[in-house]
Amino acid sequence: MPTTGVPTGDFTAAPDSSWPLFEVFVRGKRGLNHVHVGSLHAADSEMALHNARDVYTRRNEGVSIWVVRADEITASSPDEKDPFFAPSGDKVYRHPTFYDIPDDVPHM
Amino acid sequence: MTRVEASTSAGSVVDETQLQGAGERSEPAGGDQQGAGERSEPAGGDQQDRFQQLIDRDRRIEPRDWMPDGYRRTLVRQIAQHAHSEIIGMQPEGNWLTRAPSLRRKAILLAKVQDEAGHGMYLYSAAETLGVDRGTLTQKLIDAAQKYSSIFNYPALTFADVGTIGWLVDGAAICNQVPLCRCSFGPYARAMIRICKEESFHQRQGYELLLTMMAGTDAQRAMVQESVDRFWWPSLMMFGPPDDKSPNTAQSLAWGIKRDTNDEVRQKFVDMTVPQAEVLGVTLPDSELRWNEARGHYDFGEIDWHEFTRVVGGDGPCNAQRLATRRRAHEDGEWVREAAIAWAAKHTEDPVEAVA
Ligand SMILES: [Fe+2]
Ligand SMILES: [Fe+2]
Repeated sequence: MPTTGVPTGDFTAAPDSSWPLFEVFVRGKRGLNHVHVGSLHAADSEMALHNARDVYTRRNEGVSIWVVRADEITASSPDEKDPFFAPSGDKVYRHPTFYDIPDDVPHM
Repeated sequence: MTRVEASTSAGSVVDETQLQGAGERSEPAGGDQQGAGERSEPAGGDQQDRFQQLIDRDRRIEPRDWMPDGYRRTLVRQIAQHAHSEIIGMQPEGNWLTRAPSLRRKAILLAKVQDEAGHGMYLYSAAETLGVDRGTLTQKLIDAAQKYSSIFNYPALTFADVGTIGWLVDGAAICNQVPLCRCSFGPYARAMIRICKEESFHQRQGYELLLTMMAGTDAQRAMVQESVDRFWWPSLMMFGPPDDKSPNTAQSLAWGIKRDTNDEVRQKFVDMTVPQAEVLGVTLPDSELRWNEARGHYDFGEIDWHEFTRVVGGDGPCNAQRLATRRRAHEDGEWVREAAIAWAAKHTEDPVEAVA
């Protein structure tokens, strides 16, 4: 979970792990998206993949794994003054329920 | 397995000063991402109010949200203690990996112990989302600056103990962990869901092992009974001090970090376990254990809290050995960690540099 720039209270000491943090995404089965499952430390991405297999897929939980260094992820920030997602907040007409259709119209 | 025990309840068993530091209070961050389904949040408002509203509505707090320092500290302490328990918890059973009586039992035990390592990894991962570094947590464990569950300071003396640990210790862990799947902190709750899915295997393999031994010789049955005699009371201690001696419980409940009190979960465990003991044919070593019709629960005897305090405080049968083993493993791994970094630097186009 990228926490760069996020206040973390007392825990602001420099990290002292020798291996960087990777975020892990697993595709549960064909037809599904890769989903974030957690993180782990590894020396490089190849080791991260192997570690991810052992940590997150011991019982056939996945058919494919992505790993990405946590510090390579750009995330929307909770401290934006204006909510980042406000632009979609007032556009109810983007939802099908906005439109009144008589009950007797079939297949809609 | 996991033991959240003292972590959830007893500030007394953890040296809080280790975590508090002298750092400044973080500046409140601003608003929060809002999905289309959660548009009715009040505009503006104090961060504290917003946090409290999420808690009151039983929504999850996520790592990038503002949170009170006490909430963060409590979670780091609890999750770290929980993670350490999973890691140290490999040792009593790990002792039997090379001594398992059959290939079947050995494969099962290997898978179980590997799961516990995985549980530790999930939990360290959750702790790190709070801004604490994993290396720091490992260091605190081997410096005895953070605790782990007292149950792992008892030895696994016989192979029956492998079964008893699965049945009682993982069973108690399940009782502790199921409510934590609804913990207000998202990454911890998600780790718990993952862990709970795996714990059922742990408990069942243990119970099955004991059933098999109970169907064996008199000596095997005696070995099971002796094992249960040793593990019953320490298992009850896994739920932490009684509610009236657990000053942090109220705040943890209010924050949704904890969902039930220590005594509630302990009672649930006893009620669940007594009928299992009957099927197994063992006697639980408590002369006061009996069904209380009026309460609708089993009554049970007084726990030896002096023993609990002593073991948590470092004076249990195996405390020194457990920490020494963990420290040695960490130190013996140093050259491997360094070699991996050197290899990565040499073989990647965009070399990964040590973070520090
Ligand atoms: Fe576990
Ligand atoms: Fe377990």
